[in-house]
Amino acid sequence: MDPWFDLGLPLRKDNMSIPRRDFFKLTALGSATLLAGAAEADDDPEPLDFDKAYGVLVDTVACIGCRKCEWACNDFNALPTQELAAFEDKAVFRTHRRPTSAAYTVVNEFAGDAATGKKYTLKVQCMHCNEPACASSCLVGALQKHKEGPVVYDAWKCIGCRYCMVACPFQIPAYEYHNALDPQVRKCTFCASRVIDEGRKPACVEICPCEALVFGTRSELLDLADSRIKTSPGRYVDHVYGETEVGGTSWMYLAGVDFAATELPRLSEVPPSHQTEPIQHGIFKSFVPPLALYGLLGLVMHSLRERESDRDGADHE
Amino acid sequence: MSNHETPAPVRAKFLSPGTKVLLGLMAAGLAAYAYRLIAGLGAATNLDDQYPWGIWIAIDVASGVALAAGGFTTAALADIFHKEKYHVLVRPALLTAMLGYTFVVIGLLADLGRYYNVWHPMLPSMWQGNSVLFEVGMCVMIYLTVLYIEFLPIAVERFRGRVRLPRPLSVLNGVVESWLTVCERYLGRFISLFIIAGVVLSCLHQSSLGTLMLIAPSKMHPLWYTPISPLLFLMSAIAVGFPMVIFESILSARSFRLKPELGVLSSVARYTPVLLGAYLAVKIGDLTLRNAWSYVFEGSVASVMFAVELLVGVALPVFLLARRRVRHSVTGLFVSASLVIFGVALNRINVFLVAYHPLYPGKVYFPSWIEILVTTGLISALVLIYRLIVLNFPVISVSRSDNTDATVPVATGQATLDKVG
Repeated sequence: MDPWFDLGLPLRKDNMSIPRRDFFKLTALGSATLLAGAAEADDDPEPLDFDKAYGVLVDTVACIGCRKCEWACNDFNALPTQELAAFEDKAVFRTHRRPTSAAYTVVNEFAGDAATGKKYTLKVQCMHCNEPACASSCLVGALQKHKEGPVVYDAWKCIGCRYCMVACPFQIPAYEYHNALDPQVRKCTFCASRVIDEGRKPACVEICPCEALVFGTRSELLDLADSRIKTSPGRYVDHVYGETEVGGTSWMYLAGVDFAATELPRLSEVPPSHQTEPIQHGIFKSFVPPLALYGLLGLVMHSLRERESDRDGADHE
Repeated sequence: MSNHETPAPVRAKFLSPGTKVLLGLMAAGLAAYAYRLIAGLGAATNLDDQYPWGIWIAIDVASGVALAAGGFTTAALADIFHKEKYHVLVRPALLTAMLGYTFVVIGLLADLGRYYNVWHPMLPSMWQGNSVLFEVGMCVMIYLTVLYIEFLPIAVERFRGRVRLPRPLSVLNGVVESWLTVCERYLGRFISLFIIAGVVLSCLHQSSLGTLMLIAPSKMHPLWYTPISPLLFLMSAIAVGFPMVIFESILSARSFRLKPELGVLSSVARYTPVLLGAYLAVKIGDLTLRNAWSYVFEGSVASVMFAVELLVGVALPVFLLARRRVRHSVTGLFVSASLVIFGVALNRINVFLVAYHPLYPGKVYFPSWIEILVTTGLISALVLIYRLIVLNFPVISVSRSDNTDATVPVATGQATLDKVG
């Protein structure tokens, strides 16, 4: 399909290991150990085991569109909100909504089947990718994938370039454009403080009344998804969205109709970061290519100057 | 520089009808910039969650960096490959690059939501080597420093032996003077190291700008989404370097009523059909290999923009500059160089704005008035500062043969010595 792959260009390799963090650091160690010392220790050298990481299975067939998850999310994350009862209003389904900087998750209705007219509801939030494009793109490491699953944002590091928003294949990160002095990137946190520190379920899962949201390790959830598909094959299409999309995500979906009918985008199995990181690491392989270019240019400059000065010398004599 | 040209401050007035217009645009831009800082990005721009990047990234940063490429291409030609006759072009190109990158940073600061954190990539604890933007940021930061170091000899030449600071600071005269002496003594010895570093740093970040959008494969139009995008960015930056120098030389000659250095400009223009032609060939080869030609004829806005970029901005100037007659006419050179600049700037706008299709667009992004005013204000300020510097520093060379030329007495006759410095 992609001729450049056949030509051996370093793209679309599916067998990349976990992003290497060492490539700039290798050469920097000598000069920057003093400054970096404390921070270097934080880096987790072990590859993340995505199957052991936590995730959530969203069952759009079981979902009744009660929107309690929206309320719980707003409540836990201290976002602007209303009474729980106000979320029973189904009128919001008339317009398609997206997560915003003030609402990390929204539930949308979609028409599944033209023939039966059956409607489904689908909760939208950050997918917490196994290999997140946002984290790969962030130049200061303000977005990080935790081994427990959540992709977490650190506003203190962020410079506000919004490259993560360009990079996200699900168009999730939202920006506080109205905030002039302290704008932040906002998105679902996977309730990281609950999940990582307390081992509790995220707020939306805890409130869900009908097992449309199930919390567990990724491998448990994949097993659960498989058994739901197998036990009621008429109810579900045989596709767990997020199992392979962009290299797999912590949040995954089940649906009763082809996912093309949902707002979830059709995506390749290759994490977006695999398009850029091989190029970056190729150019900077232990700094050899830049240094080689420097040496080459130095050589050219020197040898041509010799000739020049010879000629000058001859002129003077 | 043994031949005939010596750089000297240009003798002309700072104010002209043109500069007054630019001063007005600069003032408007300043006000718009202040508004953005006070009211925030949401009030000042048309950016939203679907379109996180607008013209401040596509024009001020991406096109700005590309059009500042004259600095490193000219340095490579004259200082590394020792094509001595092009030395007259080095200082104007260096000044353009220095100011260009300075304004890239100023433009970027307007776009950064948390601009006060712009220094964060310098902290090793925050280094993120997987990020393309990290490399671009580091390279631009270091290259900007290198550019100021490269400009230092010009400042030394201007002020050495002539340091006369105003009253309260005049006690420092001796210190500054001796510092300049030290600079003069050692800069010459090490300047080559910085010149080569400038070329290497340029190659790195010019190409990496082309890698940036590759992280969004599902949102990019296939006409511009190619894994060789970094190569195309580098080749187009190299190709636009000399046309930019030609464009500026002709403009500033006209503005200062000097005779354009037609001989040197025609001569350096010979490289452009080769460099730009190679870029065109690679671009066509890339389209063919990816089977992407059908997108050129799909009739969408993107396909039209691509066709304009390729035909008007690349193929036409290659055709024009391949002709001796065009290269030897001031008008021909100016028009062709303008086309190349247009083509490369349009390419950056296409890659960063036109090719970008968000997944859930509400309305299509178009820049707000504030965004446009900031961009035009920055460009105007750049031109004005360029003018101020060439009036006060030895940047532009007036060839000695011009002294006998009829145009020069006209220029000097009208000029009053500028006393800004």
